[in-house]
Amino acid sequence: MNNVEGKLFIEPERYEFTAASIHQFELARRDFFKILGAGIAVFAVAKDAPAAQETAPGHRSFHNEDLPKDISAWLHVGEDGSVTGFTGKAEIGQNIRTELAQTIADELRVPFESVRMVMSDTALTPFDAGTFGSRTTPTMTPQLRRVAAAARDILVEAAAKEWNVAPTGLVAANAKVTDPASGRSLKYAELARGKTLAQNLPAEDPITPAIDWTIAGKAIPKVDGRAFVTGRHQYTTDLQPAGMLYGKVLRPPSFGATLTSFRQNETKAMPGVFVVRDGDFVGAAAPTEREAQEALDAVKAEWKEVTQISNKELFAYFKQNGAAKTEDRFRKQKGSIEEGLANAAHRLDATYSVAYIAHAPLEPRAAVAQWTDGKLTVWTGTQRPFANRDELAAAFRLPESSVRVIVPDTGSAYGGKHTSDAAMEAARLARAAGRPVKVVWTREEEFTWAYFRPAGVIEIKSGIASDGALTAWEFHNYHSGASGIETPYVVANQRTEYHQVPLILRSGSYRGLAATANHFARETHMDALASTAKMNSIDFRMKNLADTRMRAVLEAAAKSLGWPRKKTREGQGFGIACGAEKGSYVATCAEVSVDRGSGAVRVVKLVEAFECGAIVNPDGLRNQVVGAMIQGLGGALFEAIEFENGRIKNPRFSSYRVPRFRDVPEIEAVLLDRKDIPSAGAGETPIMAVAPAIGNAIFDAAGVRLNNLPMVPNGLRLA
Amino acid sequence: MAKLTELEVNGKRYPVNYPPDTPLLYVLRDELGLTGSKYGCGEGQCGACTVLIGGAPRRSCQVPASAAAGKPVVTIEGLEKDGRLHPVQQAFLDAGAFQCAYCTSGMIMSSVGLLQTNPSPSQADIVQFLQGNVCRCGTHPRIIDAVCQAAKIMREHGR
Repeated sequence: MNNVEGKLFIEPERYEFTAASIHQFELARRDFFKILGAGIAVFAVAKDAPAAQETAPGHRSFHNEDLPKDISAWLHVGEDGSVTGFTGKAEIGQNIRTELAQTIADELRVPFESVRMVMSDTALTPFDAGTFGSRTTPTMTPQLRRVAAAARDILVEAAAKEWNVAPTGLVAANAKVTDPASGRSLKYAELARGKTLAQNLPAEDPITPAIDWTIAGKAIPKVDGRAFVTGRHQYTTDLQPAGMLYGKVLRPPSFGATLTSFRQNETKAMPGVFVVRDGDFVGAAAPTEREAQEALDAVKAEWKEVTQISNKELFAYFKQNGAAKTEDRFRKQKGSIEEGLANAAHRLDATYSVAYIAHAPLEPRAAVAQWTDGKLTVWTGTQRPFANRDELAAAFRLPESSVRVIVPDTGSAYGGKHTSDAAMEAARLARAAGRPVKVVWTREEEFTWAYFRPAGVIEIKSGIASDGALTAWEFHNYHSGASGIETPYVVANQRTEYHQVPLILRSGSYRGLAATANHFARETHMDALASTAKMNSIDFRMKNLADTRMRAVLEAAAKSLGWPRKKTREGQGFGIACGAEKGSYVATCAEVSVDRGSGAVRVVKLVEAFECGAIVNPDGLRNQVVGAMIQGLGGALFEAIEFENGRIKNPRFSSYRVPRFRDVPEIEAVLLDRKDIPSAGAGETPIMAVAPAIGNAIFDAAGVRLNNLPMVPNGLRLA
Repeated sequence: MAKLTELEVNGKRYPVNYPPDTPLLYVLRDELGLTGSKYGCGEGQCGACTVLIGGAPRRSCQVPASAAAGKPVVTIEGLEKDGRLHPVQQAFLDAGAFQCAYCTSGMIMSSVGLLQTNPSPSQADIVQFLQGNVCRCGTHPRIIDAVCQAAKIMREHGR
């Protein structure tokens, strides 16, 4: 077995994971109808499937956002008129199950309630690279729309044939096809009856423009909401297949430690308890979680540890170990920095840093694994079910067809559930025990053995003319990542560079990736430049912005806060920041209150304007935007992983502070609905501008520039 | 520790075989199959495991099962009556006060506990009472709205 927890490797999404599928449609169409019953099925098969292979982590193309190119979605209309949409995307709290069902209902012209989504089950749904990168809305909703439009055409043609008329005059609406000339109509259910008609998606059907949406664009509540408020919904952690054992894994004392000796004494005598050693992996499975833990407690294991970098040395290490030669794709240059700096009326250089932080999804990483006749089924909360399947197949030397991964709607992820760790552990233990095994990570394991948002250092050199126009912009990011690294401001002379550094802690995707770090540095720096130029923060930005969508969110946020606001009390401050990433635009305003005596900083109000094209579900979007703002506040003010020599020092909620009710300010989200622009994703970008807006407000209140995230883990230290 | 042979949960008596010092959460989830109460931290810091014991909200991961013996235990599964949601459940549903919803059971049970002792909580009361419940998705404003709404409905209907 791969000792996944011992190895440090970087998550692909950090460099925009975009590998196209090499997989073919596995489910024979005959089987498809066996499962769903007769009816009409449409498969989205893109033309010109490239034979792109998945490349090794770290060597993926940076800006290629191609999709899996073969079958990407399918749809079934049953004999009872029920509609089922299939997608490999996972529901992880972002409410995409509702949004996708809305999309299908809208395009197929059926009531929302008649649509059911089957998601993220490698045996039933099309290959999907994963649920990340804010890709579901911009890529999956148009595909589902196209299959729905095709299904609608098939139904219309079936009706035309039935009545022996031309299909052109017929109207599809409210789950039936009507002939306006004669007034007769046939329900979809009637048209699907007795048919086993499967069709690949024909040439791209025109899809309904946002302006004509009737079900999409509405604030439809989360499907199955009742199952969540009654506790009936079963997350992975809640599953208990018959005969299931509970699994536990013996963790090394520090990262990278290797097992040098292993003795198993009393554990042999425990009835019904299985202890497994496989390489550096040691785990136990038992009828109760407690017995599994007791079995591990009885194991005598010795580990060889290795010396590792600690918090204190981190930023110096990043600077010293940044790759001497950056890959071309991580380096952008335009004009001459030297010239731009020479022509500047004012220069400003500064260094920024961000700490490692943890996702801390409330449902820990978990998996239930079951072997039947040499085939493996795993239920696990992951954002990448197909990648998990492939990793399991590789680890257990099975064909992919012998592994099935199913993702129950999951207790959040935020980019943190890409890997197959818990799935591997459960599968290994289940194979040894010959019974289903569930592994649920403890909170401490979550905070230690998962992966983190990478820390980083950012250096900026800049110059402005006397009128406030940028003349030079040089931006270096060490280690944290390249997302959102390019400035949206107009500047003739610029250089941006992302320097890869060997990993210290296991690192990977986190909501917004490095865009949060890069926006923190850039927008803090822009504010400092505005002060240098003695200009209002908004006027200074507007002076250097051409992008009309960015200007619109900036104006909307400022208007909503009432910028420029007069200070009405001691310690009050206002700040603003903006940015664009993954096709959406954000501007955030913060009001803070700083107690100069105690150093306490309180965020009083956050206002955010967000624009992601045509809004598919304003209610779900508002939840995501407000949620991102609150999550962003944690990383801005106090969240940080502390580590020393391969050990995490604060692996609990009692020592790693996350935002709680008292931290939550008054919040306003202003959603700009641009029906003329294709919908972009919204799960990530709303987090980016929170930290710099708060930091800029702290400067306004106290005159102190805070260049390191988190900014005030122990309050503000005033000189 | 006293021997534990049965627990009364949601008005039903369940035989219990787990050792009496087992945290109540594990007895509820693993032995009785009542998985609505969630594990989130195991140290009473996140509130996902909140249940009512003798009417009071408690972190079931911190309470030995034996301490619940002889006292009525109510979990999220016990709030719905004859197909009707408890007003707090209904208010969470109406407000869309959840995203991944893993914290929701604990939030609802804590809120039910609050409203039993304080039928007219101020916003500050709610914030104070739910301070020990973590919502990592950041749905706090809607949760506060939902509790306010539930309080209003319960006062109007005298529940």
